[in-house]
Amino acid sequence: MGDRDARRRAFAAVLSLLLLLPLAGPGPFAAAALAQVPPPEALKESPVGGAVPGGVLGTTSDAELWRSLRRGITGTVTIPDKKAAQLIQSEGDNWRALRNGPLSVYGVRFLAGVIVLLAVFFLIRGRVRIEHGRAGVTITRFNTVERMGHWLIASSFIILALTGLNLLYGRYFLPDLIGAEAFALITRYGKLAHNTVAFAFMLGIAWVFVAWVRHNLPSRADIGWLLRGGGIFVRGVHPPAARFNAGQKIVFWLVVLGGLSLSLSGWALIFPFTTHMFSGTFAAVNAVLGTDLPTALTPVQEQQLSQLWHAIVALGLTAVVIAHIYIGTLGMEGAFDAMGSGEVDLNWAREHHSLWVKQEEERMARKAERSGGRVFPAE
Amino acid sequence: MWENGPMKAFLGGVIVMLAVSIGAFYALQGLDWSSANVYRSENVRL
Repeated sequence: MGDRDARRRAFAAVLSLLLLLPLAGPGPFAAAALAQVPPPEALKESPVGGAVPGGVLGTTSDAELWRSLRRGITGTVTIPDKKAAQLIQSEGDNWRALRNGPLSVYGVRFLAGVIVLLAVFFLIRGRVRIEHGRAGVTITRFNTVERMGHWLIASSFIILALTGLNLLYGRYFLPDLIGAEAFALITRYGKLAHNTVAFAFMLGIAWVFVAWVRHNLPSRADIGWLLRGGGIFVRGVHPPAARFNAGQKIVFWLVVLGGLSLSLSGWALIFPFTTHMFSGTFAAVNAVLGTDLPTALTPVQEQQLSQLWHAIVALGLTAVVIAHIYIGTLGMEGAFDAMGSGEVDLNWAREHHSLWVKQEEERMARKAERSGGRVFPAE
Repeated sequence: MWENGPMKAFLGGVIVMLAVSIGAFYALQGLDWSSANVYRSENVRL
């Protein structure tokens, strides 16, 4: 028994020694590992105040690296596309937030507001009638070439507006309405149509500009017309106007200048990273107004600004066109004939474009004198 | 209606719109996009 007890005590002592030995102090392996930890001076200089296990990144943590990337740090690349030097373009967050937030929300409220205003106006004022009734005699207001230009720009704008609104708002309700697959299909081909019909729209802008610019220069009669609200708010009021009244001139310039701006920003979107329009525009604005707009824009920022500007101008122009369609169809009796047949009733023309009718009558009188007979307006 | 011009002008405008759009479609297809799309991997030259 005594020998057995002695052996048990010896075994327990050896076992205890083996178990306690690692806790007594650093062994050779532990010492090697500790040798890789940076000295205390290095730790003090570390931006994160501590070392990374393994020492792979020295004293810079993964978090610091990713934070810098996330904030848009730019490195260097040798490939042709220098944009690749920036892994994350943080301004993209601002662009997306603006596009999906205020731009979309205020845009749809703006369009809805215009439609509601027109509806209220229609309910209060009703249709603007030809006060003296139809004369039964017509006068040529727009020839075929002029109306072709109008319908070119009108048909292309309607396609562009519908496909553009689908890009901005379609995702919020169309998938539920027609299904995701149908929505994807119309969006795909809608985008294709948007990019191609855009060139017809550009031609239309040039067409109507050449056809009508000389009739849309400001004149003294415009002031009186504007001061009397164009006579559409009060019955029996017909301020004199030439071939285009001040309201039509405003629409003309909004369509021409807005259309030009849409065309330029649209061009930048169709041909990405090939233009620097905003840098140039901001530089010009800074030079004229003394502002401090950024002029060193990256190609991606140029694209984002082009998209935002394109959408803002498009929404504004859509509102203008909605009002134009209203007054040209439902809002005013006899107005559609100007772009329909091109022949308008003489009484309508006298009420809304009295100066132009006077000019036309004088022109016809001169023509009659030359031909030795009388010339009447068409019936 | 055709004789008086309303359909002629309207259809004329729509036909011009379609013609220009179709022309633009084929023109865009035929463009060399390599300079615009340098970010595409196939256009990267190391």
